[in-house]
Amino acid sequence: MSTLTRYSAIPYTGPAPTNRAPYVPKNAEPANARGEAIATTLGNAAMTQERGQDMPTFLVERARIADVLRNLAENPDLAFILPLDCFGTDYPDREERFDVVYQLYSLKNNERIRLKVRVGENDTVPTSTGVFKSFDWFEREVFDMFGVRFEGHPNMRRILCHEAFQGHALRKDYDPAQRWILTEQNVARIIPKIDPRFATEDTDFERVTLNLGPSHPATHGTLRIVVTLDGEKIIGADAEIGYLHRCFEKMSETHTYQQVIPYTDRLNYCSAIINNVGYALAVEKLLGIEAPARAQQVRLMLSEFWRIADHIVCISANLVDIGALTNYWYLMQPREEIIGLTEACSGARLLPSYVRVGGLAVDVPSNFLEQAQRLVDMLPRYIDDVEKLIWKNRIFRERVQGVAVISKEDAINFGFTGPCLRACGVPYDVRKASPYIGYETYDWDVPIAEGGDTYARFLVRFEEMRQSLRILQQAIDRGLPAGPVIVDNPYVALPPKSKVYNEMESLIYHFKLIMHGIQPPVGETYFQVEGGNGELGFYVVSDGTKNPYRVRVRPPCFPLFEAFGQMITGQTIPDAIGALGSLNIIAGELDH
Amino acid sequence: MNPWMHYLLWPCIKFAIAITIVLTVVAGMTWIERRLLGLMQARLGPNRVGPQGLFQIIADPIKLLMKEDIMPSAAEKVVYVLGPMIPLLPAFLVFCLIPFGPPPAFAVTRVNVGLLLIVALTSTSVYGIILGGWASNNKYSLMGGLRSAAQMVSYEVPFGLSIVGVLMLCGSFDLVKIIEYQERHVWNLFPQLVAAFIFFVSMNAESNRTPFDLPEAESELVAGYHTEYSGMKFAFYMLSEYASMLVNSCLMTSLFLGGWTLSVGGYGVTTAALRSMGLLGGVIGAAIFFGKVMTLMLVYVWFRATFPRFRFDQLMDLGWKWMIPLALANIFVTGILILAAGTLKIGADTYWYGELALSIVGAAVLAFTLFLITRGRPAATVAARPTEPPKVIHASRVSEA
Repeated sequence: MSTLTRYSAIPYTGPAPTNRAPYVPKNAEPANARGEAIATTLGNAAMTQERGQDMPTFLVERARIADVLRNLAENPDLAFILPLDCFGTDYPDREERFDVVYQLYSLKNNERIRLKVRVGENDTVPTSTGVFKSFDWFEREVFDMFGVRFEGHPNMRRILCHEAFQGHALRKDYDPAQRWILTEQNVARIIPKIDPRFATEDTDFERVTLNLGPSHPATHGTLRIVVTLDGEKIIGADAEIGYLHRCFEKMSETHTYQQVIPYTDRLNYCSAIINNVGYALAVEKLLGIEAPARAQQVRLMLSEFWRIADHIVCISANLVDIGALTNYWYLMQPREEIIGLTEACSGARLLPSYVRVGGLAVDVPSNFLEQAQRLVDMLPRYIDDVEKLIWKNRIFRERVQGVAVISKEDAINFGFTGPCLRACGVPYDVRKASPYIGYETYDWDVPIAEGGDTYARFLVRFEEMRQSLRILQQAIDRGLPAGPVIVDNPYVALPPKSKVYNEMESLIYHFKLIMHGIQPPVGETYFQVEGGNGELGFYVVSDGTKNPYRVRVRPPCFPLFEAFGQMITGQTIPDAIGALGSLNIIAGELDH
Repeated sequence: MNPWMHYLLWPCIKFAIAITIVLTVVAGMTWIERRLLGLMQARLGPNRVGPQGLFQIIADPIKLLMKEDIMPSAAEKVVYVLGPMIPLLPAFLVFCLIPFGPPPAFAVTRVNVGLLLIVALTSTSVYGIILGGWASNNKYSLMGGLRSAAQMVSYEVPFGLSIVGVLMLCGSFDLVKIIEYQERHVWNLFPQLVAAFIFFVSMNAESNRTPFDLPEAESELVAGYHTEYSGMKFAFYMLSEYASMLVNSCLMTSLFLGGWTLSVGGYGVTTAALRSMGLLGGVIGAAIFFGKVMTLMLVYVWFRATFPRFRFDQLMDLGWKWMIPLALANIFVTGILILAAGTLKIGADTYWYGELALSIVGAAVLAFTLFLITRGRPAATVAARPTEPPKVIHASRVSEA
């Protein structure tokens, strides 16, 4: 039985949400001040500050967006060098109906900035691929979803939707039920360009174009990489995505805030809980509420367990890719136990949908801490065993060292985050940079490695599992705080069934919440968590109704896979396969 | 004895018996391999059909026989069909050249250049793989076939060279004589340690087994040369792979592990002792032989559970830059020592000293090679970085331990 029975949903004395009240972020004042400071530093006339946002936000003149981005990146005091996201939003009632939103991060100052460009139906935006390579695919996605054209873009074609698709799915006037059938005739034939480094290489042999995927044993999920081969050397590569695209963002717009949670599970299905947590925290930020301490700590513990599970899947599948079979099955054992723990909590195994906006679905079982302790005790042995099997193995080291190298500068320019960025020696971890759900209260380190090769990514992932175990041990030692697992706010959380059946007011709250859903104040917010692969961000726009106006997920895999083509050019096929595994591309997240 | 009986009927019967045993071992091996891998990989393996899943041996061929035989429409028909058969024939033929127990009863035929014939026959199996890969009209198959061709040709050289040392010691191509030499002296494993090592590595490469399973590398080339094969044709490829594993294990046993005998310096279970026991002795000899062979087969499985796969250029490096020079050096050292022991005439049986010296040299060379191979590169240096708010540790410290 839920602990909510002890904490009555009535009488509720907090504020009731007035429908369509504007959203005022808690940090609006410092963000405004920082925005002014940035504007002064930059002295750019093309930017107008938009006040009252959760991070410094500017409205930029359409024609000058690329210059502004370049200034922001190149200004030594600001150094917004990490491109996080670029996406669109549609406001059909406005004259210039689209917002193209750019979000950047400054590794130097640990701050974020949001730039908006207003675009009309027939306008084009100058491309910013020259500033950030990362925005190549992001701009293609904006084009695919909204039909906004980017002038000067090298490859302006659809990315997530198929060739026979008509219209642009994320436009507000696009019917979500519309389907388009792709026939074989419409499939684009991709012939990758030969990399300039190999263009002059004379060869007597015919060059072969080979399709790796979408159904290939090593492309876990449905990825497709088309490579041009010279013998076994890859001299040109092109990645094609979208085979698992189901438009998570459009689906979110037709569901209530709570109903979106199961969809977030399907983003990175190897660490579903972290997606739940990220989404719930974004909506909670919009609502201005905070989940109870008990819920926060359970969220943190499960996040860390699933981070370990995510790394386990990545490492073991990667080892299978390079031929070491045993580690896979061996490491599945502890992962199975982690899934079992989640099952004990939520009843579901892989895609638990355990988190709710405002807390958790149900309380954890009474022996949660003992089970967690047992897992924390058994995991190091498995990690050590696998390390012993591979670290000293010459074949393994030869296969991973110096393979698929990406330089630090390139990684940042491509918008890498998470273990892959840390493998290039950049100590950026969202849990340290902007701590959430209490990560700042734990003692742990950010592992980094130099080199940016497959080996470095292995190193970082192995060490991150150990650090997660450190966090977990501390969390277990502290014990779970007593109290409810969901906020005591009848406008967000359903009252317990026992109250619904016995108290009139609870029944009304229940009915209201079921029928009208959560109605956050009008506004937009962005919240980021550290997912298994890097920064997982949710940008939520509310118009005060029960459905989100726009949900944007910032999938960490997207920029990783974007850089993949460059990383594998000049390598051989086995190395490309090994590198693909080490990036841990999750198709569900990549194709949202 | 009637010559017809002696030269035709008797060998045919013996070959039939041998092939039955071999097929049983091969079929059993599929089950053993899967169960053993399951054991090593913390899972169960096939355990549904019959006791301990033993009838899986029968269930698998039935399933494969009843499967639809799919032929790609663009395949080169004749070659596509021939592909799986070509490696199967030599793989089974060589079993009539291998003495499983004390001759003449337990060897099908005795050819005085038996070893040469075996090496010649087994090396033809590469045709089946490369032709099958080419005829499938699939890029993955073709790449698998090409890899296989290059790999098998490369490793044929150290494979052959490693045998030379044994031939120099024993002075015969006849496997029976080689085994009889070993029972009088010592297993060739010891004086020919380097050769045995090279032979073992090369035989792994010859039969396309981990860590040399590049031709079929399932994570890279889908299934390599047999991507397009289904049903019984696929089974033929698998069968020939296991048969070639068995052939190689038999060769290793005969050349380096004393065949059907268990004796040192003529003492122990020698051929003479087995002969004195009559038919029972022969059976015991064959049991000893198969015991050794199965141990080697289990090592194959163990390797499969342990090692990652080589990359193609690394494989070639190992073959041409390590194995062949080592094998040549082994021949040279063996020759010098045989010559020295013969010239100096130390002791009654001079070879003893030569073999002792060879063992010591071999152990030293092997230890040095293993040291070179297992020696890792220096670990990545820990970058000195200023203390900054996120406390950072270098992940490579784990590898320094």
